Amino acid sequence: MRLGLVNLAYLLGAVLFVVGLKGMSRPRTAVWANALGAIGMLVAIVATLFLSGIVQWWVIVLGLLVGSIAGTVLAVYVRMTAMPQMVGLLNGFGGGASLLVGAEALFHPETFSTQMLVATAASGLIGAITFWGSLVAFAKLQEVVIGGNPVLLPGRHVLNALLAVACLALAVWLVLDPTNPAMYWLLALAASLLGIGLVIPIGGADMPVVVSLLNSYSGMAACATGFVIQNNMLIIAGSLVGAAGLILTNIMCKAMNRSLANVVFAGVGGDAAGGPKADDVYAGKIKSTSAEEIAMLLEGARRVVFVPGYGMAVSQAQHAVRALAAMIEKTGAVVEFAVHPVAGRMPGHMNVLLAEADVPYDQLKDMDEINPTFQQTDVVIVIGANDVVNPLARTDPSSPIAGMPILDVDKAKTVIMIKRSLSPGFAGIPNPLFALDNTLMYFSDGRKAIQAIVTAMKEAA
Amino acid sequence: MEALGVTLTIFALAVLLGFEVISKVPPTLHTPLMSGSNAISGITIVGALVAAGHGSTVTSTVLGFAAIVFAMINVVGGFLVTHRMLRMFRRKDNP
Repeated sequence: MRLGLVNLAYLLGAVLFVVGLKGMSRPRTAVWANALGAIGMLVAIVATLFLSGIVQWWVIVLGLLVGSIAGTVLAVYVRMTAMPQMVGLLNGFGGGASLLVGAEALFHPETFSTQMLVATAASGLIGAITFWGSLVAFAKLQEVVIGGNPVLLPGRHVLNALLAVACLALAVWLVLDPTNPAMYWLLALAASLLGIGLVIPIGGADMPVVVSLLNSYSGMAACATGFVIQNNMLIIAGSLVGAAGLILTNIMCKAMNRSLANVVFAGVGGDAAGGPKADDVYAGKIKSTSAEEIAMLLEGARRVVFVPGYGMAVSQAQHAVRALAAMIEKTGAVVEFAVHPVAGRMPGHMNVLLAEADVPYDQLKDMDEINPTFQQTDVVIVIGANDVVNPLARTDPSSPIAGMPILDVDKAKTVIMIKRSLSPGFAGIPNPLFALDNTLMYFSDGRKAIQAIVTAMKEAA
Repeated sequence: MEALGVTLTIFALAVLLGFEVISKVPPTLHTPLMSGSNAISGITIVGALVAAGHGSTVTSTVLGFAAIVFAMINVVGGFLVTHRMLRMFRRKDNP
């Protein structure tokens, strides 16, 4: 009877998760959808407490309290610009929990079966990869311990392959001889090293793929744990998250015209690849401009498009950009924002930052929608983006970004590039856009540049 | 073996359902979708509660406790931060 009720509650929780995820597809319903998901989780937790066999209440209450307080503190104090590393970190905790639950399950020999042991090995394996992979991603995004650039160890493919083989061998061993918990921890160790080895060669601009892939892993880990403790709620919820993460991963890969294998194994970024030399591309063709000149251009513009990139996040320029956009709108011009799918360090990074600065989301246009309009655009202001507006992607088949869909800003009447210097973007290649006749370079920190333009417009008015 | 068949059926259907439900999310909501679904992956909390509740040995209790803390950070942090983000999204005609 009691078990039946608990299972009904799990069903309710699973339905709430599905409805919640569905509602996430529209901004109007998303706040409620997220709340429904949270209610589903609460239902699942309360129902579990009614299971028979749960005796150690003080452990549970203490654990719930500590975790809730830590989670709340993290969520309330994180800055919007630090959201990619926050999401990465939370992923890691989910994976870590699966790893620990798998370890505890081995203390109950009465539940052992081949199926349960395979699931336990999977739970430990995926959990450990997710935990350590996420911690490395966090460190890279936060730029603590290791920088944002790829760390390319010699022989890393061989090393990772060996670790993967070791993981599989240890998993088989664990299934054959589950009485030795040391085997589980050896498996966890090998998987941890593999998690580190897989993420550490991946550079900053490929992070949107990594973050969404780890998101998928955390779902798969939960799913594996569901098979360990024979709980359908975990299997359903874990599968949903695994699917969501894979869909996002796929969208990110498509937006860079690269396969998942290429992103994970190639270690792109950091140093310059082949192709044209920066000096040849830029020599004598760079025109630099001033805030006053830009203000004049904007006064006469009827249509202005902002193209934000990771640089906007770094210089915390989103509020200044919003102020400038409002000012341009007052002159009667149309202002829109063009957001490339992989701009920033996680899927939707720019959208979150601009939403924080109170830019309405219907003013943010995605690539397919905005590209046909650049020809009718008077001024494009590119702030902190580089590779996603590099025309070489269209013209140079040998370029590392060849075939990547880009924002066609070069078709606009005037392009203003706000950048500290002519340094290349993440792909390490020069950008011929800078040398075009209709491009003006404004060399400055992103936020200071926008603030200077705002001041110049005020003075002109 | 029959139970495994049922579980695998549920698993396969849930994966397909996930792909169907989530396939069309506008880019604006990519981050909240990720952090929100991430919070849902904290469902491992159920396994953690069972693990800690058994309490057969000290080691197993410690593992269960740590699992609860980890999963709960994932759950509470995930839902709250998603809520924080989503509250910022607004339309132009609806300030």
